[in-house]
Amino acid sequence: MRIRFAEQAAIGGLVMVLGACAPAQATPATQPRPAAPATQARADTGRPAPGPGAVSTPNADPFPSTYVAPASRATLIRDVTILTAAGPTIRNGSVLLRDGKIAAVGTTVAAPADAEVIDGRGKYVTPGVIDDHSHLGVYAAPGGDALSDGNELTNPVTANVWAEHSVWPQDPQFPRALASGVTTAQILPGSGNLIGGRSVVLKMVPSATVQGMKFPGAKYGLKMACGENPKRVYANRGPSTRMGNVAGYRAAWIQAEAYRRRWDKWTADHQGDAPQRDLGLETLAEVLRGNILVHNHCYRADEMAQMIDIAKEFGYKIRSFHHGVEAYKIADRLAKEGISASLWSDWGGFKMEAMDGVRANLAMVSAAGARAIVHSDDPSGMQRLNQDAAKAMAAGEQIGIHTTEDEAIKWLTINPAWALGLDDRIGSIEVGKNADVVLWSADPFSVYARVDRVWIDGAAAYDRANPATWWRTDFELGNVPLPNGGAK
Amino acid sequence: MKTGTGNRERGTVRRRSVVFIAALATVLVTTKAAVAQTVAITGGKVYPVSGPPIENGTVLVRNGTIVAVGANVAVPNGATRIDATGKWVTPGLINVLTGLGVTEIGAVPNTVDRAARGDSGIAASFPVWEGINPASTMFAPARNEGITSVVVVPTGGLIAGQAALIDLVPGTVTDMIDKAPVAMVAQFGDARSGGSNARGEQYVRLKELIEDARTYSRRRAEFDRAQTRPFAARRADLEALIPVVEGRLPLMVNADRASDIEAVLRLAREVNVKVIIAGGAESWEVADKLAAANVPVVVGSMANIPESFAALGSRQDTPALLQRARAKVVLIANGSGGEEVFNVRNLKYDAGVAVAYGMSWDDALRAITLTPAEVMGVANRVGSLQAGRDANIVVWSGDPFEFATRVEHVFIRGREVAQPSRQDELMQRYRTFPPAYRRKP
Repeated sequence: MRIRFAEQAAIGGLVMVLGACAPAQATPATQPRPAAPATQARADTGRPAPGPGAVSTPNADPFPSTYVAPASRATLIRDVTILTAAGPTIRNGSVLLRDGKIAAVGTTVAAPADAEVIDGRGKYVTPGVIDDHSHLGVYAAPGGDALSDGNELTNPVTANVWAEHSVWPQDPQFPRALASGVTTAQILPGSGNLIGGRSVVLKMVPSATVQGMKFPGAKYGLKMACGENPKRVYANRGPSTRMGNVAGYRAAWIQAEAYRRRWDKWTADHQGDAPQRDLGLETLAEVLRGNILVHNHCYRADEMAQMIDIAKEFGYKIRSFHHGVEAYKIADRLAKEGISASLWSDWGGFKMEAMDGVRANLAMVSAAGARAIVHSDDPSGMQRLNQDAAKAMAAGEQIGIHTTEDEAIKWLTINPAWALGLDDRIGSIEVGKNADVVLWSADPFSVYARVDRVWIDGAAAYDRANPATWWRTDFELGNVPLPNGGAK
Repeated sequence: MKTGTGNRERGTVRRRSVVFIAALATVLVTTKAAVAQTVAITGGKVYPVSGPPIENGTVLVRNGTIVAVGANVAVPNGATRIDATGKWVTPGLINVLTGLGVTEIGAVPNTVDRAARGDSGIAASFPVWEGINPASTMFAPARNEGITSVVVVPTGGLIAGQAALIDLVPGTVTDMIDKAPVAMVAQFGDARSGGSNARGEQYVRLKELIEDARTYSRRRAEFDRAQTRPFAARRADLEALIPVVEGRLPLMVNADRASDIEAVLRLAREVNVKVIIAGGAESWEVADKLAAANVPVVVGSMANIPESFAALGSRQDTPALLQRARAKVVLIANGSGGEEVFNVRNLKYDAGVAVAYGMSWDDALRAITLTPAEVMGVANRVGSLQAGRDANIVVWSGDPFEFATRVEHVFIRGREVAQPSRQDELMQRYRTFPPAYRRKP
């Protein structure tokens, strides 16, 4: 009947899915860019200077975010249970959102006189939910070829493509994610390729352009994929085997390292003409410089271990293994390597490499000391990451692994924030963090909990009680029917 | 419980006696409870579904059948007692839209026996249950989370084939089958996948097919002598449609767009067949019509994405809206991720979400127990806790819809089944590091 998830779509040859990210140390995305000599005005000829695209510049930002947080009124949510993702639950607590930031949190919080005060009795506050694995916009609804823009299946290595160039801001899945508490999502290319391209981190806000949704200053991610998907897609031209896959990754990194050296040398000395720019190698070189994080779709434990070795061979880091249905088999290793695991609670069995999926995966990985993340890869699951976490908690309980709510809330907030390199800005209820906040009608780990309100950067983004304010995409106008034909 | 008589129903498999099946199954599987015995589940909060909840109730089971349910049931000497104090006791859950047993690994084609090739999109004769693999590893995860019966539903084409209701008992296919067929499965709206090119053409093809089956049923002797006009389908397919045209077998039609659902209702009236709507993304828009026609809707509570142009009106509160209009609602799992095979077990969470989105708790429980049993014509055997019903019973640690709730006991036809799934075995193996098989340094 219906094909709902990207992984299954992949099976039909369409391929969606994804995963992967990586590295590390290094140049913050916000650092000032080095001056690019080639772009200096050519006063001698009077012709316009070439744009910055003439050179390969670390942390270049040719499609900059135009997102600006809307003005917001100070908001105090009081007498509420707060799962902070930064410490123990605060009962009967209050949180103050002001000027886009969390201004105060605790059991007693003074609010400015003009603040909107919300009675949170019986309710819960959490940080905004973060999904580090989504295809919203690149596999937009309604489905079909016209909106299928997530897998550039023309070459096994397409490090040159950027997911943001496929994102349709009018995808009706965006407002549904927001209404379920998601405030930030990483949009990834699919998993049909060994290296699928750059991801983009978006805020769940209405905009006519993708630039208007981009999280300012967020690092890019690189999507890599192990296993069945690439070898199925390229069965006829190669790679057609897992060993072919590995040869493909290594060949790409060998080229990327040579490219990085060439450009880093030129950037340092400007000797001679600038090297030829190559979009794909540039992205890979940025990974090697630590400016782009690797998100690696990988199901099996043995393949994850091989990807870790490849990363060491070429000097980059894997930020997160995505899907990782066998992460629990090497949870100790993931903890040691500092690699997070972006997981489902209960997807499994739909293909050979997913056969060993277990519901306690998140709890087992978490208990072993690795960063566990609950991710979706699916526009429906994306709306219930809290429920997915609850399932994994319960499954863990059955095998004697107790996960507290204080730990489990991290799976959908601060841990994915870390995977995106944004844990200094979002992912927890702490003073100074962006005021991305969700008010739940009940304990979010209960099946009966609903999202009552969502704030992004302190601004009201969703209010369940006020349908007139709900974000409806352009697509939905006239297409998506309202109850009673929309009559009041 | 009879699905028909005579050789017209050669394809019909009827269940053997409970005692026989249970006895056979014990040979194959070790279970906690012996078969021919009396089991008393005592002290729990019992939800019979066919009646009001009973605090501190007892469910008494003998030889696979429920013999008494109530607050004052005497427990005979020698009965095996299951103390359900503080627990909740419900009928086993029934998921009517699954590929269990005919889909092992979706991406490994030779483990999938769910879609027939058919003839121009018509596979009415396809008995999907003949492909069920009782050794499937997918049964245990569902059973261990409270699913005791499922309908195995074929897919593809205009007429996909015949669905079967099975109990998740260990044993052979014959042991498992409760009733087959329980429905003829068709689809309307996605014309191109069924060998047609437009909705109107699909309508006419379905109509012609059913009319031809009716004609065929009256003129079989002439057909055998080649004295009839050509029919729209092969003999076996026409034969399989006879119970449908005679009103003994419902036609379960996958349809999402409101206008498609209306077309199915029109067709049902025009050719006089019983229909069930499955999928039903926009069924809430025609809830009154569905209620008036007494047509049940098989629907989930987690689909709110306008994922196709036929499903633009998808809403999470569809079950509540249907219920409010007094249409008959059967809940299925439709969240995400293999909900027709690996996550058949998630049915209870669809019920919970349906409650969060406005359905009453009692209605939601009914929509995964008694209502599906009624819709599939097996309510005289499963779906409720009352004397005379098969003892398909689940004991829960609390509210069955909540994530934190554990399944404590699953009884199917009176036998407790507690086989670990391979997922359970994997979790035990990797519960601590290093796993036992790794050689110690």
